[in-house]
Amino acid sequence: MNTQTKPGFSIKALLIFLGVLIANIAVNGVIFIFFRDSSLNPLLTAVLAVLWGVLGVYLIYYTFTWAVEKFPDRISRSVLPYVFIGPAVLVLGWLLVLPALRTLYLSFFNASSDKFVGLGNYIAIFSDRLLATALRNNLLWVFVGTLACVAFGLLIAILADRSSYERIAKSIIFMPMAISFVAAGVIWKFVYYYQPGDEQIGLLNAIVMALGGEPQAWVSMLQPWNNFFLIIILIWMQTGFAMVIFSAAIKGVPDDILEASRVDGAGEIRIFFRIIIPFISTTILTVTTTIIVFTLKIFDVVMVMTGGQYGTEVVATQFYRQFFMYRNFGYGSTLAIVLLIAVLPVIIINLRQFRKQGGF
Amino acid sequence: MAGKKKRRSKKWIVNIVLGIICFVWLLPTLGLLISSFRPAADILETGWWKVFPHQEWKTKDTIQLSKDVDLRGPIEVNGQTYTDDQLKSGVMQDGKRLTWENRRAREISVQDQGWVGSPKLTLDNYKNVITGKEYTIKNADGSESKEKGTGLSQAFWNTLTIAVPATVIPVLIASFAAYAFAWLRFPGRRTLFVVIIAMLVIPIQVALIPVLKDYTSLGLNGSYLGIWLAHTAFGLPLVTYFMYNFISQLPKDLFESAFMDGATHFTIFSRLILPLSVPALASIGIFQFLWVWNDYLVSLIFIGNQPEVQVMSMKIADLVGSRGNDWHLLTSAAFISMLMPLAIFFLLQKYFVRGLMGGSVKG
Repeated sequence: MNTQTKPGFSIKALLIFLGVLIANIAVNGVIFIFFRDSSLNPLLTAVLAVLWGVLGVYLIYYTFTWAVEKFPDRISRSVLPYVFIGPAVLVLGWLLVLPALRTLYLSFFNASSDKFVGLGNYIAIFSDRLLATALRNNLLWVFVGTLACVAFGLLIAILADRSSYERIAKSIIFMPMAISFVAAGVIWKFVYYYQPGDEQIGLLNAIVMALGGEPQAWVSMLQPWNNFFLIIILIWMQTGFAMVIFSAAIKGVPDDILEASRVDGAGEIRIFFRIIIPFISTTILTVTTTIIVFTLKIFDVVMVMTGGQYGTEVVATQFYRQFFMYRNFGYGSTLAIVLLIAVLPVIIINLRQFRKQGGF
Repeated sequence: MAGKKKRRSKKWIVNIVLGIICFVWLLPTLGLLISSFRPAADILETGWWKVFPHQEWKTKDTIQLSKDVDLRGPIEVNGQTYTDDQLKSGVMQDGKRLTWENRRAREISVQDQGWVGSPKLTLDNYKNVITGKEYTIKNADGSESKEKGTGLSQAFWNTLTIAVPATVIPVLIASFAAYAFAWLRFPGRRTLFVVIIAMLVIPIQVALIPVLKDYTSLGLNGSYLGIWLAHTAFGLPLVTYFMYNFISQLPKDLFESAFMDGATHFTIFSRLILPLSVPALASIGIFQFLWVWNDYLVSLIFIGNQPEVQVMSMKIADLVGSRGNDWHLLTSAAFISMLMPLAIFFLLQKYFVRGLMGGSVKG
């Protein structure tokens, strides 16, 4: 199809396009201000927001595509993709990509972001004792937490595969994944609860006492071991994730290989280490990196359990403290960048993977 | 078949070991659930496992010793002598247990072992936590005190108000983008998609400070709109990636035949792609919804301490800080916040698991 581009046609289309653009900006600007300042009943706001979220956002796409189609074919075909990705790119750019760059920039400035300090913040972070504790604890979380999640996940996946009630068992182990870390914090605070006196209502102290031990305030005393009691919460929540993925991978191990090695007299443990583990090694690697990334950013649990006191500070809680409570934007940004640097290898792996898959 | 038999005996062991692990996994949640139905005073007096029938020492009789018995010397009860320490921890005599009932008044209780069942259960904790009304509770020492309810119902609706749009908006925007990335060719496509993949695992902390600054100057702090936009942006990379993986796998003929019929991309997307993507939309939608529902950090930063907008996770975290020993409130509040995730988990398990697997890369 050959459309002879008539200039008048194009100008008309351009005007329509501009009109749609201005109308959209005006309408959504009004909606923006309405939602910002509205003091309606929250439920009503929610209903309106869902309407806007579905119809309003849909309407943005609809009007823009309609306007773009007024252009000659060649132009419309090259503009249309940008209408489709436009909103996503704008939101992402404004609230994620640019902020990341601005944070990097801020990390070279002092607490109130008005004086350039070079690498001063980075040096301060690695020499400050409190921040050093946070870094040490984060390493502890990453190593112990990830290792335990992966090990337990594997063990339970194998056991479930061989048990007679696989589905129920997997549901039980996976359930903690659904709830929030705040709720999990309450659950475990109750398990660890300590009160002076003979009657312990916390499960752990009751067990310790039944075994003839002394009750303890697990989360506040015993530094630095109290960190392990917090890490147990992570293990409780994330093992289910590892298990579900391992379980799927284990089912992919061909039966004839397993049967053949059994005929050859290999024991189950030998089969596990010699056949199953090598077979699912890529899955193990993926799960491990995923949990590491997740654990690096651990925040809610520590916040709810100790608020970062008693030597349980981690980088994310320290970030919150510096940025939100002390208003030290320099340290805050620097800590955020430290987290970013920690996940950088994973980002690179992801990109490489993407390229290897042929990308596009 | 000796091998089969051997494996069957192993299965028996596997079942038991797995059973123990599942029991341990379930126990903390069970404790929370049971405690949330117990009266405030009971929770602090006895462990939650005491609601199950168990044997307990019960006072059958009391013995009044003379007031001037010397506690430092041997104490004679029913013709036998004991030390003060023995009576403090309880000592056996003729199958009955002797222990101080009231040490200062020199009163000894004679106890018998008996079964205790039928625990007291109540819905009061839930009532108190849900409403904002004042209520009275009985303390462990028998006194009564007045407390103001937590008003969690408001927080529940706030959470819903935040979570639903913060799920719908990013899923819709991301699906449009995913369609363009998968089926349209345009300059910058590769670069933009690489940025999205790079953003997948990025810690959101790197965005919080500048975004908060922008929000402060736009007046978006503490507004629903601000938090919807924040969740939209933080969820977008993952949702786009997930939807891209799905949409790009759809058969090519589908598009070609639709194009032959003269359909535009917009029609193809809304009439063909969206209906076909329902399972994927459900999976990632559930993931995003739960992510927002369970979120604490983003709300903490952008909502701050405005009680009328606060979400449940903030309310509960506040309770932990301010009323850390009021387990009747904490347990019921935590359980209310778990209701939605657990309902989704049990009803939509298939989508839930699929979404979590796809969403596991989220930063």
